Parts: sequence; structure tokens; C-alpha cells
Amino acid sequence: MQPEHLCAVGKPIPKLDAVEKATGKAIYIHDLKVPGMLHGRILYSKYPHARIAHVDVSRARRLPGVRAVLTGEDIPSFKFGFYKDNTPIKKGKVRSYRDEVAAVAAVDPDVAQEALELIEVKYEALPAVFDPEEAMGEGAPLVHEEHRTNVLRLPWKMHLGDVEEGRKRARFVVEDRFRVTWVTHCCLATSGCIAMFDASHNLTMYSNTQIPSLAQKDYLEALEAMGLKGKRVRVIKACIGGAFGSKLDTYPYEYIAILLAKVTGKPVRILFDRREEFTATSGRQPAIIDISQGCDEQGRLLFRDVSMILDNGAYTSWGATTPSVMMMPISSLYRVPNVRYEAKCVYTNNTYAQAMRGYGNPQATFAIESSMDRLAEAAGIDRVEFRLRNSNQPGDVTPQDFRITTCGLKECIQMVRERLGWERPKAPDEGVGMACLIHVGGGARVYKSDGCGTIIKMDDYGKVDVFTGATDMGQGADTVIAQVVAEELGVEVQDVRVIHTDTDVCPWDVGAHASRTTFVACNSALGAARKIREKLLDMASRQMGEPPEGLSIQNREVFSLSEPEKRMELGKLLRKAHFSPSGQMLMAECFYDPANENLDKTFRGNLSMTYTFGAHGVRVKVDRETGKVKVFQYVAAHDVGRAINPMLLEGQVYGGALMGLGYALTEQLVLDKGEVMNPNFRDYKILTAKDAIPIETCIVETMDRDGPFGAKGIGEPGCVPTAPAIANAIYDAVGVRMRELPMTPERVLSALMEKEKRS
Amino acid sequence: MARRISFLLNGELQEVDVEDHWTLLHLLREKLGLTGTKEACGSGECGACTVIVDRKAVNSCLYLATEVEGKEVLTIEGMAAPDGSLHPLQRAFVEQGAIQCGFCTPGMIMSARALLDENPSPTEEEIRQALAGNLCRCTGYIQIFKAIEAAAGQWRGRAVEAIARRSE
Repeated sequence: MQPEHLCAVGKPIPKLDAVEKATGKAIYIHDLKVPGMLHGRILYSKYPHARIAHVDVSRARRLPGVRAVLTGEDIPSFKFGFYKDNTPIKKGKVRSYRDEVAAVAAVDPDVAQEALELIEVKYEALPAVFDPEEAMGEGAPLVHEEHRTNVLRLPWKMHLGDVEEGRKRARFVVEDRFRVTWVTHCCLATSGCIAMFDASHNLTMYSNTQIPSLAQKDYLEALEAMGLKGKRVRVIKACIGGAFGSKLDTYPYEYIAILLAKVTGKPVRILFDRREEFTATSGRQPAIIDISQGCDEQGRLLFRDVSMILDNGAYTSWGATTPSVMMMPISSLYRVPNVRYEAKCVYTNNTYAQAMRGYGNPQATFAIESSMDRLAEAAGIDRVEFRLRNSNQPGDVTPQDFRITTCGLKECIQMVRERLGWERPKAPDEGVGMACLIHVGGGARVYKSDGCGTIIKMDDYGKVDVFTGATDMGQGADTVIAQVVAEELGVEVQDVRVIHTDTDVCPWDVGAHASRTTFVACNSALGAARKIREKLLDMASRQMGEPPEGLSIQNREVFSLSEPEKRMELGKLLRKAHFSPSGQMLMAECFYDPANENLDKTFRGNLSMTYTFGAHGVRVKVDRETGKVKVFQYVAAHDVGRAINPMLLEGQVYGGALMGLGYALTEQLVLDKGEVMNPNFRDYKILTAKDAIPIETCIVETMDRDGPFGAKGIGEPGCVPTAPAIANAIYDAVGVRMRELPMTPERVLSALMEKEKRS
Repeated sequence: MARRISFLLNGELQEVDVEDHWTLLHLLREKLGLTGTKEACGSGECGACTVIVDRKAVNSCLYLATEVEGKEVLTIEGMAAPDGSLHPLQRAFVEQGAIQCGFCTPGMIMSARALLDENPSPTEEEIRQALAGNLCRCTGYIQIFKAIEAAAGQWRGRAVEAIARRSE
């Protein structure tokens, strides 16, 4: 049972690796060197769509210091990715500017770069298509000829209840088209890896992946294609300098490093420069979103009907699966009985799409919550009241069969209204806006397993090593795991070391996605810690002559509940158990796979054991002269189950909200005929310290019965409702409805001018 | 062309052969093994490579190594005391949750150090200004501001103590 008085859980414990990071001692891929290591560089396409007529690498191969040059002709044929449509180096044709045409390994990065410049490629340009709507049209150039159409064959079609019936009964209906654009993760550390083989052709991959176990599987498949069947793959993670979904897949550069390492027999490191990070990694995809919603006279939602066209880009990564998550807010944000959703993912000759923090939820919620304000206005109901009236509640079962257990949405809405001063008189051109969110809070069964393994061992001094499958990428997974283990074992957080860096010693985990790590990995760690605790009490019982149920652990000591002065230090207890005839060492394992359900063919199923909710409110002022939107008050309320670490939790909310603010106002990867026009921080505007806004967080603790100490996930929710909250506030301020992201000054100004023209 | 330069690095005299085209960042990371200073853009846009040269925060990716001849360079490795005890800024970053992925952290701390050395009581606006060239994608900056304010408070506290001791 949970102790009444918590020593580690609920405390603002600094992140376990914070001191290493604050002193510059933390090691990232960029800091790692392996003896004999070569440096790999990649040559990318000069066309968005072209036949590769000829590649001449002879001059590059002759350059002193070059150890290998590979083209698509030199490598075994294998495909990877969720849709199996991607190859490490392209052969025959290129489909986007980021297509890999050749790769070099050399003794230093300068030589590798020089070698790239000596490679001659002859292209025959092909007609290309960059707009997904055009790509769907008849006669559009085919990105993958063998696929016969540019529309991916994916099952994103859901209809629950009867939308047409709902539409008939609706008293008020609104219809809109919204657009969102390409944005990218902008991790401060660029992508990179080191591939190396041992003498028996087993692969070690130094990686910054968010999915060590799935990456291991991907690499194994690659080895098999390379004729290395039955070999081992070890994935070692250095510190990850930001991820946000960017490292949920394996990418061509990783396979290229493996191929180069294989042909040279040397370790090969590939590090992206910032330009490559902008042009050759996969961001969040653009979408054209049509939405209509209707409600009755009293403002009760009757239906929601959404269809989307997503620009998939030239190859397929998890971006094409974001509709499976977009369904969640579409079916289940607020009580809405009839819902329909259809999404088409379309190949184009643009860069390709990956998931990014929220996994489709920010895009869908932008449309839903903008539309909610429009519908409230149409029905003549106050926007907050409208949301409260339709709010999800504990015990609800949503159309997708999501079973809502704990739900603090109403509290979040009310808190935002109060803290923001919703009713407060406003200056001219000032406005307030609100938007809410639902997200999975207990993992999500999107893969066959949603599990995470943990092994715990204790040494002779009472110190604890926790080997977890979970991935820390800065969000603090290591720290919350240490906190729940320390709590369960009655030790200090600093006694607990969390090892999450090596597939040779850490158990399996499906990956750091779906805000699942706190819930799943902590439950797994708790499972193992409970076994250790039981064994500790059993040992102590024998040594102290008390029944185990009469003992407890606190402050690194086992003590008798009836005679608290009767106590034994954990290290002493462990040493005695270890150094005695038929000695004993303390180890335990647990594999926790939550009772989450895969969605069935109709997209019904309880995807997550619990769902998380939140509401964000903003106060903005719009400059009518420039179109600039200034956000000067921001309140973020989140139902988090329980805050295991309030300080790290706030960090997730602050960081998420500011990322959301960038999505709302400034960020856009500008593509001109498939070419990234702003591959640098000067032209791609992530928000700076000067743009940072004060964010007030309100933590609503609903103590989820299935969460570790009551906790739910919080990694993604912070960035979900920001853009619609701001769009709604802009409308409140100056009466223009922004339907496209980002809401740049140019767009706001032209909307204002349009409005003036009309009136 | 290689040439020998000497400069003060984290309080110690450093003599090293450098090529004309090397940046200070390259010298620190690749030749001197000081990998605490990070490269995240290589073009002076993100501040991850910030170090202090003669009390000014600079982007070491844009600073030629030969230019440090005769100067005093402070990097993140020189912030903690030789016994390992953290500088108040480092401690505050740790305690205030100002660190997530940590890749911007060394540069942030160096920019903050240059600010506090010049202005021990900065306003929030002055902190924002000093950090304007240091990008962070994880934290939303709020806990970084808090950390710098907390460290500045300790700094002032120590200064007051020192003055009090002197007057005793």
C-alpha cells in the first residue's frame, strides 16, 4: 500500500543528471569518440524528383583519407519505415531534395565533405508535385510509381453514431476549413549516431533514439538484409539533446552509418549539421482540415464531422499514423455522441512527415477548439459556459469506447476562467481565449505491446540500481522513476541510480511516445520495487525476529512498527544476507503492460487506462497597425493525476506551451517546390528568451487509481491547446478568425484588412 | 598555417598550436577535449557554444582561435571550484529545474555568468536581453530566469557578507 507520508513522491527533486549537464560533463553523441572512428557525410539530391542517370564517384574514392564511398547501386536492397517505402541510399530515382544519393566515410569530417564535392551525379528531372490536393488529382506525377496512386492505403475512416442524424437535429451548425503547416522539432542537439561492428559482426549503435528496443529490431532487419542474420545489436544511448518525437523512427542516416561501418570495418560516426537538421529530418506535417460541428438549442454537442488531407511527403514515417491519435480529440474532447473522421495521407515531393509532440493532437485540437468558439457564438452561449456544458466527466464512455476514469476537465476550465480573470474589463484590441485538451494519460496501445520492463538490484551498501527500458531525453523519466522506487524502498532519491542507456542491460520498452513513460515505466519500476521491498522485509524478519507485516522501511532503515526503536540499517541487513551460508543478493524484475486496448476495425477500444485533460487560457493584445499578437497572460491548467515531481512537471508545461506558442505564431518550415528555404534559426523562428511569456500553471490532482501514486502522463499535453486558445483570443480582441497557422503578423493584418473591406 | 598561441584557460596558462582557420569552439572541443561547450548551429544563431573571453560572452563557433592569444577564456569546465563544488549559477540551474535535455545549458550558464559579473542585480528584462542569443527548446525559459534570479540573490548575499567582513 502507499504510505500516508510521502518522502520522495510529490517533491521537486532536481533531475538526476542535472549536475552532469550543468558542469559540461554529460556526454552526447557529439562528444563521443571511438578509437579508429571514421566520419560519414551524405550527399543529397539536387532535385525534388528526378531519375538518377549516372553517379561517378571515382574522383571521390581517390581522395586521400577517403575510406569508402557508397551509392544506391553498392548497397543491398532493403526497405524500412512503417510503410516500407524508404531505402538508405536511393537508386534509380530521387523523390525529394533530402533523398540520399551517395555517402562517404573518411578520416575526418573535412575530407568527407571534400569527397562529397567530387561526386558527380547526372539527373533527369521529372515533373514533381508539392501540393497534396494536386497530388490526389488525376494525372499527377506519381511519387512511387509502383504504388499506382499518391494516396496512401491507410484505414483512417471512422464513423461512430450517426453524424447525418445529428446534423438534422442540430439547431446550430458551423463549418470551417483550417490549415496547419510544416514545423520541425528543432532539438538543440542535431541528429547523429556511431555504428561499429565487433570481430564477429555484431553491431553496436550509439544512438539518441527514443525507441531503443524498436530501433534494435529495425537494425536487426537491416543486418539480415546485409547477410548478417542471427547477429546481435546493442543500442547505447548517450545523453539525448532533445527529441519531441523526432527520434521515434530510424532514418536513412543511421542505416548509412551501419553500411559504411560494415564496408570499412571501422566505427563510423555521422553527425548532422544544423542545415541538415532542418532539411533532412522529419517534422510535423501540414494538414487541410474541414470540420463541422452542431449543437442543440441548449448548446449540447450533437455531432462532429472532420476530414483531413495530410501532406505525407515523399516517404512514410509515423506522421502517416497521426490520424489514429487525431481521432482521440475528434471523438472524445467533450461529450459528442456522433462523430465522423476521415483522413487521407498523400505522397508529395516534399520532405517526409514524422510525429511531433502531441502526435497529431495539436493539429486536430486547433480545428476543434477554434470551431467550438464559433459554435458557441452561433448558439449565443458564453464560450466558457459552452465548454463546461459539454465537458467530459468521470465515468463517461466516449464514442470510441474510451472509458474515462478520473477527469479534471471542469476544474481546469473553471481554474483558467478564474486565474485569467475571464470577466475582467478589457482594453481596446485586447482579448481572452481558451482551449481544452484530452490526451492519453496511461500510455496507448498503438503497438502490439505497450509494456516496459524494469530490473532492480541492491548492493551491499543499500544503494539501488534500476535498469529500465524507458528513455530519458531530458523530460525527467530517470528522476520520476528514482522517486517512486525511493518511496517504495524507504531510501533517498540519491541512493537510486537509473540506467536507461543500454539494450544489453535494460529490458524492453516500446518507446518514449504517447506521454506514456511516467505512467508505464513508473508502474513497472514500482512492480519491481515492491518485490524488492517484500524480500527486504522477509530478510529483516529473519534477522530481527519480527513478522514481515510488523516491519516497515524509512530513512534507509527497517524498523519495527510496534517498537520503532528496533531498527536495522539497510546496508547492514543486505551484507548480512549476502555474506552468510547460502547467501542472497537482492534482485527483482517486472514487466508492466497496461490493460490498454488496441483499437478495433471501427476504431473502438479503450486505448489508454486513463486520459489526461487540461485547459489553457490566454490574454492577448493585437496591434492593428502591424498585426502583431502579444500574449501577456497565460494560464495552463492540467489534470495530471498526481504530480510526482511538481518542478519537472511545470517544466513540461512551460516548455510545451512555449513550443505551442511557436506553432501558433512564428514557426513554419518554408518549402518552395520542395526545397526548404529557411534551414537555420535566423529564418525558422523558435521563440527566444525575449519572446518567453509568463505562464501560470495550475496542477489539478485527480489521483488516478491506475497511475503510479495516482499519476498520469504530461509530456505532450502542454503544447496541444495553445494555438486555438490564441486564435480564440485574437477573435475576441479584434473579431478576425484566424484559420491558418502560424498566425503571423502578415496574416493577422491581412485578415484585419479583409474584414475592414467587407464592413 | 599553424602557430603557437598562449592564453589563460579556466585559470591555467595554455600553450597550443592552432591553425588559422580554427574556431575557438574547434580548439576547445577537438584539440583540448573540453566538450562541455556545445555546437548546435555553427553559425552564431543559438548560443550553445557560448564561452567567456575577457569577461564578455562570445559565440565560440564564430571566434577565431588565434584571437584568444593573450586573453582570458572561461568555459563551463572552469565554473565549478577545483574541489567540485558548484558555482551558484550551476547550483541554481540544477535546483530550479532549469535543465532538461541540457544541450543549451553550458551556453546558458556562461551567458548568465557574463551578465552577473557585469550586473549582479539584473532585472528580468536584463536577463532576457542577456539570454536573447541562447536558444532553448525544452524549458520555455521560465525556470532558467528563476535560476538566474536565485543565483543573483546569492551573489548579492555573498557580496554583502564580504563587505560586512571587511568592515569588522
